[in-house]
Amino acid sequence: MRSACMGALQALPFLLVLVPFALLFGVVATASGLKVAQTMGFSVLVLAGASQFSALQLLNDHAPVLIVLASSLAINLRMAMYSASLTPWLGRAPAWQRAVIAYVLIDQTYGLAIQRFERQPQLSVTQRVAYVFGASPVLCLPWIASTYVGATAGSLIPAHWPLDFAVPITFLAMIAPMLRTLAHLAAAGVSVAAALAMAGLPSGTGVLLAGPLGMAAGALVETWQGRRTARARG
Amino acid sequence: MGGYSDLTIWTVIVVLGIGTYLMRWSFLGAVGNRPLPEWAQRLLRYTAVAVLPALVAPQVIWPAATQGHPDPARLLAAAVTVAAGLLTRHTLWAILAGGAALALGMGLMG
Repeated sequence: MRSACMGALQALPFLLVLVPFALLFGVVATASGLKVAQTMGFSVLVLAGASQFSALQLLNDHAPVLIVLASSLAINLRMAMYSASLTPWLGRAPAWQRAVIAYVLIDQTYGLAIQRFERQPQLSVTQRVAYVFGASPVLCLPWIASTYVGATAGSLIPAHWPLDFAVPITFLAMIAPMLRTLAHLAAAGVSVAAALAMAGLPSGTGVLLAGPLGMAAGALVETWQGRRTARARG
Repeated sequence: MGGYSDLTIWTVIVVLGIGTYLMRWSFLGAVGNRPLPEWAQRLLRYTAVAVLPALVAPQVIWPAATQGHPDPARLLAAAVTVAAGLLTRHTLWAILAGGAALALGMGLMG
């Protein structure tokens, strides 16, 4: 129980980001022509901000459905990495608990959980699960509720507002704080250059080619830097 | 939502939902305790910073709202968003700064 309360408490600050973000998704989704039920469907079933916005953007660009799915799923590939990284800590929990945790495994839950587990390795599996179960409702329920508020209040926003640019601004605002290393910069730089070079291709195809190129660039720079550090150490 | 039927949009939502869930569940639920190979971890680390910029770059330079003509207000807003994100390291501050720059730019230039 104490672990659950701790999880809930430590999740609270993240609401400062999640709530406005979900409001924005609700507003932009309905302004793009999605029904309220569809907008809610995204937040309840997908529950992953960046991919929700990317699907919206590509639907707005009239991209083919397969491309919408492939690009948006590619953004969520990192969730597989979260899943792998939590397995040593939670792998022995009952299967139903692991199935529930998989549903609520968003960036913020993962960040909170991995920090807590690594700092307090003496916690039991039950305590770890309780921590995640405490933090998740605090993060996920406001995400869903705020989407609804944004979706239903969106019509109050004046029509001449440049809402088309809300998604690009949101993406740039998510990417910039992530650019911590040379490898991240290389990944973003190569992907931008490639996407611009391939802008003439059918809608959404550029992303599918530019994304992997950027990922490869990031991984290459990381490898190269790792080798250099190893050599410097002798 | 132009050009898509309700059924198509629901298909996108449901498939995206199931696919995302399966990725989250993959190791925790099915694969178990085996670590990802090093090269896979290395690539996955860069998915977000590679895929998101590719999506956004053409929209920044050739916005659909201006029929694909570069727009000074939107370019300014994009630059301010990135600068604020790099400086503050917080998504929310970057969104607010970018939104303010866009409003200002549209007011001055529009």
